[in-house]
Amino acid sequence: MRLARRLWRTYGAYALGFASLFAFWQLASLYLVSSVLFPPPTVVFAKGLLLARNGVLLEHLAASLKRILAGFVAGSLLGVPIGLAMGSFRPVRKLLEPYTEFLRFIPSVAMITVAVIWFGIGEASKVFLIVYTTIFIVILNTAAGVSAIAPNKIRAAESLGATRGQIFVHVALPATVPYILTGMRLAMANSFTTIVAAELIAANDGLGKMLWDGRLFMLVDEIFVSLVTLGLLGFATDRLFRWSIYTFAGKYSPAT
Amino acid sequence: MPLVSFRDVQKTYRSLQGADYPALEHFSLDIEVGEFFCLLGPSGCGKTTVLKMLAGFEHPTAGQILMEGRPVAGASRDRGVVFQGDDSLYGWLTAVENVEFGLRMRRVPKAERSERAMRYLELVGLRGQEQKYPAELSGGMKQRIQIARVLANEPKMLLMDEPFAALDAQTRTLMQAELASIWQAARTTVLFITHDIDEAVTLGRRIGVMRAGPCSQVKGVVDVSLDGARSRTDDTFLRYYKLVYEMIRDEVAKSLSRAD
Ligand SMILES: Nc1ncnc2c1ncn2[C@@H]1O[C@H](COP(=O)(O)OP(=O)(O)OP(=O)(O)O)[C@@H](O)[C@H]1O
Ligand SMILES: [Mg+2]
Repeated sequence: MRLARRLWRTYGAYALGFASLFAFWQLASLYLVSSVLFPPPTVVFAKGLLLARNGVLLEHLAASLKRILAGFVAGSLLGVPIGLAMGSFRPVRKLLEPYTEFLRFIPSVAMITVAVIWFGIGEASKVFLIVYTTIFIVILNTAAGVSAIAPNKIRAAESLGATRGQIFVHVALPATVPYILTGMRLAMANSFTTIVAAELIAANDGLGKMLWDGRLFMLVDEIFVSLVTLGLLGFATDRLFRWSIYTFAGKYSPAT
Repeated sequence: MPLVSFRDVQKTYRSLQGADYPALEHFSLDIEVGEFFCLLGPSGCGKTTVLKMLAGFEHPTAGQILMEGRPVAGASRDRGVVFQGDDSLYGWLTAVENVEFGLRMRRVPKAERSERAMRYLELVGLRGQEQKYPAELSGGMKQRIQIARVLANEPKMLLMDEPFAALDAQTRTLMQAELASIWQAARTTVLFITHDIDEAVTLGRRIGVMRAGPCSQVKGVVDVSLDGARSRTDDTFLRYYKLVYEMIRDEVAKSLSRAD
C-alpha cells in the first residue's frame, strides 16, 4: 500500500502528463485539424509498431543512436581534459580561448556542409558533427567549474600539506564533476538536434533520413513515427543520464 | 624565541578603482610557543588579513613574518587553518574522509589514518556521524569537522578565524568549552581571531586588541591570568572583560564613524 502510494507520487503525475499529451493530440487531430497531414496518435503508434516489427524503425534508430554515442563519448573525452587545463592554467586558457570563443558561435548545423565535403556522407561526417556539438559545451562547463571552486577549498588543502598535483586530483577534479556532468547533459540534448539535421541532409539511414524520406514520398505517418521516436528517445536518454548521476555520482551533486 | 613574530608588517591592498588601501602598517606581534592568543578588533580592522599572511595565503607588502626564525613562504602543514565559513570542507567526502585528508595526502597507511581520524572525531564529539557528508550536518558539526581535520594533521600551530561566529549562542558556548579542553590537553599554539570580547576572555591566555583601520596595529596586549574553567560571573573575569572593553570601545567608535 505504502509502496503503491510512493510509486504513484513519483510516476503518477508523469503518466498523467503523458496521457493528457496524447489525448490532446488525439482530439486535435480528430476534431480540430482532421486531415491526413496530421494523423492521430493511434494511427502513428500502429504504424510505429509495424515499422518496429519489420525492423525498419530499429535500424534507423540504431544508426542515429550509434552516431550520437560515438560522437558524444569522444567529444566528452576530449572536452573534459581541455576544459580542466583551460580552467587551471592561465596560459592554456589564453592560448585556447580564441578557438573555443570563435568556434562555439558557429553552430554545428552550419558545419554540415563542411563535414560532408571533408568526410563524405558516411559515418565519419556525422560523428565529427556530434563531437563538434559536444566538445565546446563540455569545455566551457568544465572550465567554468574549475574557476568556481571556493578558494578556501584549495587553501585548506595547501595548509594540510597537499602538493599542487594532489590538489588538482583530489580537490579541483572532484569539485568540478557536477559542472562536467551538467555540460555533458546539455551536450547530449544538442546532439539530438545535430544528428537529425545532419541525417536530413546527408545520410543513408537514421531517424533524420526517415523524416526526409517521409517528406519525399509523402509518408506522413512515417514522419510522425520518426518525430515521436526522437521525443521518446531524447526523454529516455536524459532520464538515464540523470539517473546514473544520481546513482553513481550522487555525492557530487551540485548541492554542496 | 617566540614561535611567530610579525615585524613591522605592512599590507596594502591594491585597488582597481580609487585609492590603494593600507590595511596594516608597522604591525608587530609575537606569539609564544604553546600559548592561546586571541586577536580582537572591530570589524574591518584587518584581523583576517593578519591570519591570511601568517597562513601563507597572502604576502606582506613590507616587513617580515617569521615562524621559528624563518620567513613564512607560502602555506605549510605547520600552520593548520580553521576557516570562518564551511566552504573549505569537501562536499564529496564523508566526515571521516574530510578529517583524513591531510594524512592521506602524506600517504599515512590506511589503518593508521582512519584510527587517527576516528580519535579526533571522537574528541570533537562527532562519533557516529563519520559516514555523513557535510551537506547532511549542521553548522556546528561542520565547524567541528574542520577542527578535527586540522587537529588530525598535527600542525605546530592552529589559526582560527572566527570559527564560532556563525553558531547559535548555546552551540558556541559548548564549542568554546570543547576547544578550551582540547587546548588544555594538547597545548598546541593557537592564534584565535574573534570580535567577541566574551569569547576572547573565555579562551585567551593573552588578548591582543587591534586599532581600527586603516593602518591598523596592535593597540595593546592583555595578559589573562585566569586558569582552569573560567566563569562569566567570576569577578576577575568581569574585570578582564571591562579592561578589554575599555580598550576596544574607542576603536569600534572610530571604525563606525569612518564607515559613514
Ligand atoms: N582582497 C582585498 N582587496 C581589497 N581590500 C581588502 C581585501 N581584503 C580585505 N580588504 C580590506 O582590508 C581591511 C581589512 O580586512 P579584513 O578582512 O582583514 O578585516 P577583518 O578585521 O577580518 O574584518 P571582519 O571582522 O569583518 O572579518 C578592510 O577594510 C577590507 O575592506
Ligand atoms: Mg575577518
